Amino acid sequence: MNVRLASLIGLLLLWIAAAWIGNDPEVLPMPGALLSPFWAELASGTLPYHLAMTLIRVLWAFALAMAAGVTLGLVMGLFPRVDAWLDPWLVVFLNLPALVLIVLCYLWVGLNETALILAVTLNKIPNVTTIVREGARALDPDLKAMAQVYRMPRATYLRHVVMPQLAPFVAAAARSGVAVIWKIVLVAEFLGRSSGIGFQIHLYFQLFDVVHVLIYSLSFIAVMLLVEWTMLQPWERRVRRWRTA
Amino acid sequence: MDDAATLGTPGAALENCVISVDVIRKSFGDSHVLRDIRFAVEKGETVAIRGPSGIGKTTLLRLIAGIDTAFEGEIRRPDAMAIVFQEPTLLPWRTVSQNITLVHPELDRDSARAALEKVGIGDKADLFPGQLSLGQQRRLSLARAFAARPDLLILDEPFVSLDPLLAEEMLTLTEALIREYRPATIFVTHDADEAARLSDRILTLGGAPATLV
Ligand SMILES: Nc1ncnc2c1ncn2[C@@H]1O[C@H](COP(=O)(O)OP(=O)(O)OP(=O)(O)O)[C@@H](O)[C@H]1O
Ligand SMILES: [Mg+2]
Repeated sequence: MNVRLASLIGLLLLWIAAAWIGNDPEVLPMPGALLSPFWAELASGTLPYHLAMTLIRVLWAFALAMAAGVTLGLVMGLFPRVDAWLDPWLVVFLNLPALVLIVLCYLWVGLNETALILAVTLNKIPNVTTIVREGARALDPDLKAMAQVYRMPRATYLRHVVMPQLAPFVAAAARSGVAVIWKIVLVAEFLGRSSGIGFQIHLYFQLFDVVHVLIYSLSFIAVMLLVEWTMLQPWERRVRRWRTA
Repeated sequence: MDDAATLGTPGAALENCVISVDVIRKSFGDSHVLRDIRFAVEKGETVAIRGPSGIGKTTLLRLIAGIDTAFEGEIRRPDAMAIVFQEPTLLPWRTVSQNITLVHPELDRDSARAALEKVGIGDKADLFPGQLSLGQQRRLSLARAFAARPDLLILDEPFVSLDPLLAEEMLTLTEALIREYRPATIFVTHDADEAARLSDRILTLGGAPATLV
């Protein structure tokens, strides 16, 4: 935690140095110069509103992509026949640029929430699927045989034998998932929505307002880091507890 | 029992049989591994299966246990079965006592505790398997096998990779548990001593494809 803090402070110092050398607040303002406009955005409720819009979209896309990806990954990992059929699709979708999916979804579904969430979800599913499929392929056959001979109930088997083996893979997929999803959500908002952090960045980009672009970007990065540190990492530690005990 | 004739054993004996095995043919792809293996085991009887490495002992046990169902023939097995593999095969992410209660939902914590006491690791109930020594992990694997009083117990070279002292200790423990619970027991071993000590009857696999000799 201390190293992490020191490293962030280092980044801040680098920023200050760059702003001092550049000496042009229009291009790169000092960190302190962001404070009062930040308070203004916060107090007026604009920042919280757009932040909330983006977070809701991230949450939806994350939940849908994880549910679909874990299911698909499990099925493909456990049934080689299904895998043989679906694998080429996976490769196609893995290599499809996020931008293409976003534009196509907006064109086909319309400029609305559904299109955005669909686009982001489709972007993330192949990645989650690939990671979870690895996990499903690595399931221990000896434990399966043991569970079978002792007639372990199916639900117990899934919950206490399969899931703990998949957990590290699901956790890895979730962490990389959140990181990728919020970036794609911003792009999708930038391109076709009238709310959210991405939309605000688009707005201030057109006004060449670096201060506000930074305020909106940094607020969101801060929120996502908070999610990572307070929710995802502790959860990952919990599922790994037995390893370190 | 309508399979008395096919088994070629006296009907009276079959009444007591916990398990009857009739494997006509087992192959992996083109390689024909087992043929015409018939035997039955009574309650309380211990049968050792011996034979050279690679002959098909593990394959036969997997058929008997119902892990592998792709074969020609018929095997009648009881519901309550237990198996001890060469490795402990525990759930490392669940505690020692959960390793028993999850596998046997009908047992509560106290019965699990009692089963652990029996193999001498009653004080380890709340640890994770990774915190046990190898010998203790094997004890847990035995406790799990006997906890629910199985009708059929299957062991695949359970002592093979152990040092002689530990192997002797485990053998003594297993012998005592078998005597107490009296399941029908089928176990594979390389060791002639072990076979003689534990079993009432020794079956030997030989030939290609392998059968009882
Ligand atoms: N899943 C499989 N696919 C193909 N061949 C297999 C498979 N499992 C076993 N065999 C083959 O079947 C034969 C019997 O193997 P098995 O493991 O039953 O031998 P074993 O008698 O248990 O030997 P050991 O004493 O060394 O454990 C071997 O020739 C092996 O290569
Ligand atoms: Mg073997």
